[in-house]
Amino acid sequence: MTAATNPTAPVVRVDGLTKRFGSFTAVDGVSFTLEPDRIYGLLGRNGAGKTTLMQLLTAQQFPTTGGIEVFGESPMENPAVLRRVCFVKESQKYPDDWRVKHVFASAPWFFDNWDAAFAERLIQEFRLPMKRPIKKVSRGQLSAIGVVVGLASRAPLTFFDEPYLGLDAVARQIFYDRLLEDFAEHPRTVVLSTHLIDEVSNLLEHVLVIDDGRILIDQDAEDVRSSAITVVGGRRAVDAFVAGREVLHRDGVGGLASVTVPALTDAERRDAADAGLELAPVSLQQLIVRRTNTTEKEFEQTS
Amino acid sequence: MIDDGKPIFVQLAEQIENDIIDGVIEEESQIPSTNEFAAFYRINPATAGRGVNRLVEDGVVYKKRGIGMFVAQGARERLIAQRREGFREEYLRPLLREAAKLGIDPKQLSDMIRTEEVTA
Repeated sequence: MTAATNPTAPVVRVDGLTKRFGSFTAVDGVSFTLEPDRIYGLLGRNGAGKTTLMQLLTAQQFPTTGGIEVFGESPMENPAVLRRVCFVKESQKYPDDWRVKHVFASAPWFFDNWDAAFAERLIQEFRLPMKRPIKKVSRGQLSAIGVVVGLASRAPLTFFDEPYLGLDAVARQIFYDRLLEDFAEHPRTVVLSTHLIDEVSNLLEHVLVIDDGRILIDQDAEDVRSSAITVVGGRRAVDAFVAGREVLHRDGVGGLASVTVPALTDAERRDAADAGLELAPVSLQQLIVRRTNTTEKEFEQTS
Repeated sequence: MIDDGKPIFVQLAEQIENDIIDGVIEEESQIPSTNEFAAFYRINPATAGRGVNRLVEDGVVYKKRGIGMFVAQGARERLIAQRREGFREEYLRPLLREAAKLGIDPKQLSDMIRTEEVTA
């Protein structure tokens, strides 16, 4: 029994989804789709609603209102859908008496596409202590276990929630490299949820930015990145150049000003250079911080 | 590379163009696959695909069905001609601007270029 019949149909379709816990609204009327075979970034500050949203998509929470379709069906108590979904949680709980090896021994029960050889290779690379009791492994090792499960399960829809907590730089690089390699050979829909945006920004094709339970940005990563630029130079020259433009952010020290404005045309770039101004790129992380700031007032009212 | 402010796919396309101009990749030879570029530069494969497609649209590389991407005949010549057109805008004007700022007049500048040629 397969849930999806159309390979180009959205993998996830969410419509007017809201989740309240008492008087607190964790997810506030969001609508979006996830297309097949893309790497998405689910980005936002801590407490923005990322984890709740993923719990809703994986049927671990019931929505208050709104519709969720995963592979064209409701995920609620739907094993045909849930077998095709892997959710690597930030703090996954395991039975108390388990050792590390038990995680990998049980994984094939849950995932049809489990690749034991790939898992074995990743276990070696992350140097996971297979015989150690799961209660005694470090935060970084727990994260690495999650990464191995997430990659080797090759689930058509895979969520990683803050996957690299406690992972050192080498281990994070292994994760990114193996993710890209394996994604190339076995395309699938991957959602990376994180508040550390710069680290993963080059891996993402599309970003969903969530803040205070709402989707602020739902856009191609490259389009977001090229949507703004920072103009740096003498205060007077910068002020003259940005006059009449929307200012996303302003910074300065002494006579120097640094102002972020929406993207410039080639002619405008030349004008800036002729005026002795420098143009600096804005990272995805900076942009998201700035865009969340521009609507901060709105959030203050709801919190 | 990958991170000087231009979109990533543009940077990838320019990197491949540089390799063609420098002769690192010869005409009619195969370039790495989109996935190989993605893995090497640690970028999303779709982004890498956009960079390669840009070169296809510009006629710099062409697709052989089921085999891969190859550098077009005459691509190097065309790229050099293109870069020459951009040379004034990208290199000459910033150079003159900086020289003017430092009080170096055009005569001094051309002398500097000549002595640099001898030592380089």
